[in-house]
Amino acid sequence: MSLLVICDHDRGTLAEASLEALAFGRPLAILAGLEMTAVVIGEGAEQAAVDLAAHGASTVHVASHELLTDFGPEAWGETVAQLVRASGTTVVLACGTDRGNEVVAHVAARLDQPFVANCRSVEPDAGDWTMTRVQWGGSLLEDVKLTADVVLVTVAHHVVEPALADVPAAGVVTSFRPDLDAALARTVVIDRVVLTRGVTLATAPVVVGGGRGVGSAEAFGPLEELADLLGGVVGCSRAVTNNGWRPHSDQVGQTGTRIAPEIYIASGISGAIQHWVGAMAARNILAINTDSEANMVARAGHAVIGDLHQVIPAIIEEIRRRRG
Amino acid sequence: MRILVCVKRVPAPGARINVTADGMAVDSAHLGFTTSPHEECAVEEAVRLVGEHGGEVTVMTLGPAAAEEQLRYAASVGADRFVLVPISEVDWDPQRTAAALAGSIADVESVDGAFDLVLFGNESADAGGFQVGVRVAHALGRPVVNGIKGVDIADGVASARREVDGGFEVYELPLPAVLGVKEGINLPRYPTMKGRLASKKAEVAVDERSVEVGGQVRVRLHRPVETVSETVILGTGPEAAPAVVDLLEELGLLP
Ligand SMILES: Cc1cc2nc3c(=O)[nH]c(=O)nc-3n(C[C@H](O)[C@H](O)[C@H](O)COP(=O)(O)OP(=O)(O)OC[C@H]3O[C@@H](n4cnc5c(N)ncnc54)[C@H](O)[C@@H]3O)c2cc1C
Ligand SMILES: Nc1ncnc2c1ncn2[C@@H]1O[C@H](COP(=O)(O)O)[C@@H](O)[C@H]1O
Repeated sequence: MSLLVICDHDRGTLAEASLEALAFGRPLAILAGLEMTAVVIGEGAEQAAVDLAAHGASTVHVASHELLTDFGPEAWGETVAQLVRASGTTVVLACGTDRGNEVVAHVAARLDQPFVANCRSVEPDAGDWTMTRVQWGGSLLEDVKLTADVVLVTVAHHVVEPALADVPAAGVVTSFRPDLDAALARTVVIDRVVLTRGVTLATAPVVVGGGRGVGSAEAFGPLEELADLLGGVVGCSRAVTNNGWRPHSDQVGQTGTRIAPEIYIASGISGAIQHWVGAMAARNILAINTDSEANMVARAGHAVIGDLHQVIPAIIEEIRRRRG
Repeated sequence: MRILVCVKRVPAPGARINVTADGMAVDSAHLGFTTSPHEECAVEEAVRLVGEHGGEVTVMTLGPAAAEEQLRYAASVGADRFVLVPISEVDWDPQRTAAALAGSIADVESVDGAFDLVLFGNESADAGGFQVGVRVAHALGRPVVNGIKGVDIADGVASARREVDGGFEVYELPLPAVLGVKEGINLPRYPTMKGRLASKKAEVAVDERSVEVGGQVRVRLHRPVETVSETVILGTGPEAAPAVVDLLEELGLLP
């Protein structure tokens, strides 16, 4: 009986997030008295399988088929469902990335089993398992009880850090050939478009955020100038994207981007919970707000109370002055 | 071109989310409600596609009777037909929700024929189960891809784009197909006065479904522990600038 970890890879390069799932799965497998196995799917899978023993997989199933040319949620889900049936797997685990959640949802639909997405903790039990999962993008937690023949879960991204196993496992590689209908190829990636971008919102060391308080698209000029001076980028709230002042790719929050900069300068943003969940991983937060009672001010480490249209130009001027 | 969109009514909390005393629901006593954001964009995308290709948009929701409000909002931005699957509980688990929606969709289709496209949000804003759309697509036997940020329809094929690190992936799904869309695919329009008037007259079909509960059962909701720190006020107005720049220097952000 085994706990199977679905390991994602991009044309042979193992996804970091899968290492989180393996790190989460190791103690869980021990608690549940299961062997931890892994599956890697499609072209490049063999290459991606190399490190899995060191991360604790006793068996690594390498699934290949001529339809598995690239990522395809339906084909991957069907492959895992067949492997579960063929291998005595009682628990399936993946990391709760876009792909992880999507593939497990397909497995669940095919096995007609419940699927608990984005867990922070999972407690095995002889009867019903219990888990604590993320709701509202992290603003709320839900404890659930699960009645299932096969336990299907994802662990929320970034809940655990990737870590090598204390003792490497055998990592015996076995090949698995699923029986796939040609129709499943209808949702395999057929093309990729690469966009070369500079610093992205998700990885920028400095994010200068603007909310409704900025007032217009044009008024973001000084925020961009400050971001440029600090080697950062501009972010914004949903009020801003809804007004069409900035593109959605700048939005921070539950339905936008999660940021983790050294500092987030949040100006004219009230700090609604859906915005906050996207910003809370910032190491430092400076709020600039006319309202000293604003939620963003209460949650920030530092704040300036005042009109951002005066404060931001003054900061720019001060930086220029010190640089000479 | 006939498009169906499944939307969910969710509370719109402000600074924090409070839970009812029994821990079973979000305390919405003082809150407004809204359509889950990804789904608001799904409605906009459906209206846009029908504007381009002709046809009609049907919007379906499973929720309390009050979820009619979200259907009427969809009417105000251009949707044509509406189905409410009423429930008396706060929420249904994902398996049960999917089974009910799939049943209701199949019933509509048995009268009017298959929808060319069924749209979902990538995930619901509250429960975030990441599965209802996939389950419904599987029940209907249709191809489905989630996380879609762009779609074009031509010659019976939906060409869909999905964002990944450093670019996007392209999928081509033969119609009828199902897509889970993400906010950012478009900028939803605001209701016009004419739309608002039309929404008052919109007819909402009510389709009661009886479906077994699924295997995932809520025990309680609770807020994550938050570490609250004192806020250091660096000053008031532009005079605070030197203190801000001191802070940036301290953090090593001013090379
Ligand atoms: C399901 C769901 C998901 C959501 N997802 C997101 C998300 O991903 N990201 C997101 O941002 N929001 C999201 N929202 C919306 C969120 O609830 C808020 O509506 C939004 O974040 C408010 O944006 P804001 O702070 O810019 O505007 P407001 O709340 O209007 O705040 C404006 C702030 O600016 C201050 N201000 C005004 N003028 C000035 C000035 N001259 N100088 C300084 N300060 C000034 C005001 O005091 C106030 O604090 C979501 C909502 C829901 C229901
Ligand atoms: N109660 C509901 N009524 C209508 N559609 C729903 C409901 N719950 C979920 N959905 C749809 O399914 C998608 C995924 O939901 P979830 O699996 O809860 O993340 C949502 O974005 C909606 O489009």
